[in-house]
Amino acid sequence: MEPINVLTSKAMPLPLPNIDTDQIIPKQFLKRIERTGYGDFLFYDWRYNLDVPDDVSPNKDFVLNKPEYQGAQILIAEKNFGCGSSREHAAWAIFQYGFRAVIAPTFADIFFSNAGKNGIVLVRLSDAEVETLLGHCTANPDNKITINLEAQTVIDEMGFSGKFEIDPFRKYCLLNGLDDIGLTLRHSDKLDAFEAKHNSEFWSAPKVGA
Amino acid sequence: MSKPKTLFEKVWQQHLVAEPEGEPSILYIDLQLVHEVTSPQAFDGLRMAGRKLRRPDRHIATVDHNVPTTSAQDRLVIADQVSAAQVNALRKNCAEFGIEFFDVQDSSQGIVHMIGPELGATKPGMTIVCGDSHTSTHGAFGALAFGIGTSEVEHVMATQTLPQPKPKTFLITVNGELPFGVTAKDIILDIIGRIGTDGATGYAIEYAGSAIRALSMEGRMTICNMSIEAGARAGMIAPDETTFAYLKGRRFSPGTRPTNLDARPDRTAPDGQQLGSATDAFDAQWEEAMAHWKTLPTDEGATFDRELHIDAATIAPAVTWGTSPGMHATIDGKVPTLEDAKSEADRKSFARAYEYMDLKPGTPIEEIRIDTVFLGSCTNGRIEDLRAAAQVVKGHHIATKVRAMVVPGSQHVKKQAEEEGLDAIFKDAGFEWREPGCSMCLGMNPDILQPGERCASTSNRNFEGRQGRGGRTHLVSPEMAAVAAITGHFTDIRKWKQKEGAAR
Repeated sequence: MEPINVLTSKAMPLPLPNIDTDQIIPKQFLKRIERTGYGDFLFYDWRYNLDVPDDVSPNKDFVLNKPEYQGAQILIAEKNFGCGSSREHAAWAIFQYGFRAVIAPTFADIFFSNAGKNGIVLVRLSDAEVETLLGHCTANPDNKITINLEAQTVIDEMGFSGKFEIDPFRKYCLLNGLDDIGLTLRHSDKLDAFEAKHNSEFWSAPKVGA
Repeated sequence: MSKPKTLFEKVWQQHLVAEPEGEPSILYIDLQLVHEVTSPQAFDGLRMAGRKLRRPDRHIATVDHNVPTTSAQDRLVIADQVSAAQVNALRKNCAEFGIEFFDVQDSSQGIVHMIGPELGATKPGMTIVCGDSHTSTHGAFGALAFGIGTSEVEHVMATQTLPQPKPKTFLITVNGELPFGVTAKDIILDIIGRIGTDGATGYAIEYAGSAIRALSMEGRMTICNMSIEAGARAGMIAPDETTFAYLKGRRFSPGTRPTNLDARPDRTAPDGQQLGSATDAFDAQWEEAMAHWKTLPTDEGATFDRELHIDAATIAPAVTWGTSPGMHATIDGKVPTLEDAKSEADRKSFARAYEYMDLKPGTPIEEIRIDTVFLGSCTNGRIEDLRAAAQVVKGHHIATKVRAMVVPGSQHVKKQAEEEGLDAIFKDAGFEWREPGCSMCLGMNPDILQPGERCASTSNRNFEGRQGRGGRTHLVSPEMAAVAAITGHFTDIRKWKQKEGAAR
């Protein structure tokens, strides 16, 4: 996982609530066994003209295809972003497309966890603050937003300034790009001891009768 | 006396491996269920890091998401090469890492959330995870069960643990007798309609109350299954006699006699005791497990972070009208108008949903015509669901131009339904009778809706494009799906049943 601290970039406004992971990446791309190559399929159903079979020309009306937002590393959306399916492919698609952060009032739990494990910063601001930023980035696509993870602040070139909350441990992992498995294995002694005792609690074993 | 605890708190505490200062707690995971879609990158991760899979005995794998349902032959040789490669990858990975794998035509194959309970692998008080958001299903047994992403799947493979922030607790009670024609599916759709698709984000739900207690295990699984549609990773129901009766004698349940031993005339238990007597080692094991399970229900006086109380009498058969499971309507209701929206965000979602669903605000739900019926999924693909639908369908035929299919959730359900003659009832009525899998719930296999096609579906999500790009999904109970298949439009099951009852 890549460490991240300060990010300054244009931001892409996607002013919709409840954007689910089926929209972020549709099911047909979940058949692949690779971990990379998902960026081209981000928001697939909205992004391409698919009304004629095999026509995958870009839908010019969708924000992802607008020239003025190319290169944006921040995505802004409304509440409950990432709800639905647990597919981590959604986080992979967002990251591999080039986004490093998403700003929204709230995120769904599983997506929240998946994003963290892929070095994506999720910034929770109030509804009103998100609305302001959406307005700024719609009116002025060149407006640059700066997210400072260490300081937990968001500012933009049009005078916006806000603070956000983040769990200290998640922040520490993002700042340092830490691998979760390694962190857990620091507790190997406790795990071995717990497991030795737990093994005798046969009712918790999946295969008692086997 | 110690502080009264909730069911969730008991299971959580019994699985705490470590509580490092300032970090999420490390939770032991009793069982990880594995399927083809969210596991290949996790196995690769283990290989790349040179890590072992710590506890193969705490893993069970099957194929469900992208297997064809048309015929046994189509499943053994999958035409879609990308799907075939993914299924093969799981076969190879399970062999390499020593995981018990239920392949496409195994008698125990099925949707992961079907086979865990069927095998008796899912039990009260366990922690269960799977790379699938509907893992919440297993909470029906009083297990703490939740969906995870692929990085977490790999984490469990390597350590049999997960670092987890502790969720808050949310008690939802449904008290009273369920009205005629109202099912578990209608209860959970009603709850999601009330609290919204993010209403329980950050919480573990416990469902309680007399209407929940009165449900079978199948009904309880339907409710817990859709907890994620309300934003909750986990939903739980305290174990009771219904739970124990379901578990007794299943392959991986405590006290179950191995079948090969059972077949011998002179049977001896592993410790040398004679089998068949009331107090042999197998019975003792079952009794000991039950004694533990009986300690799990929420203590009197335990408190929750949030509560919601619902009167069962207020619940009616549900039909979702829009593109989110929270867009709830009842069969005697109408598509809501913009004035019914509770917030600006809702108004925007409503406007978008009218267009996608091609529905006008104020349209009576009973006037909405359908093209397709899908009966199946981890929400409603169980034997009781098929029985209820068959009861409605029996002696009728599906409407002209309607395409209807039944996809049993597992091989076990398919076999049982065939033994009961349900397949014949469905086929006579014009339904297709398919092989088990996730199928049209998410359309990863060839079972998809065409653009503009409208479907009455017993599944769990009605998102844009969920069942196929441009497809329009309405979520309903199995009975409501069955009656819509016959009439060609949404129909009040309560009136239908009354009329049928009078006619028969």
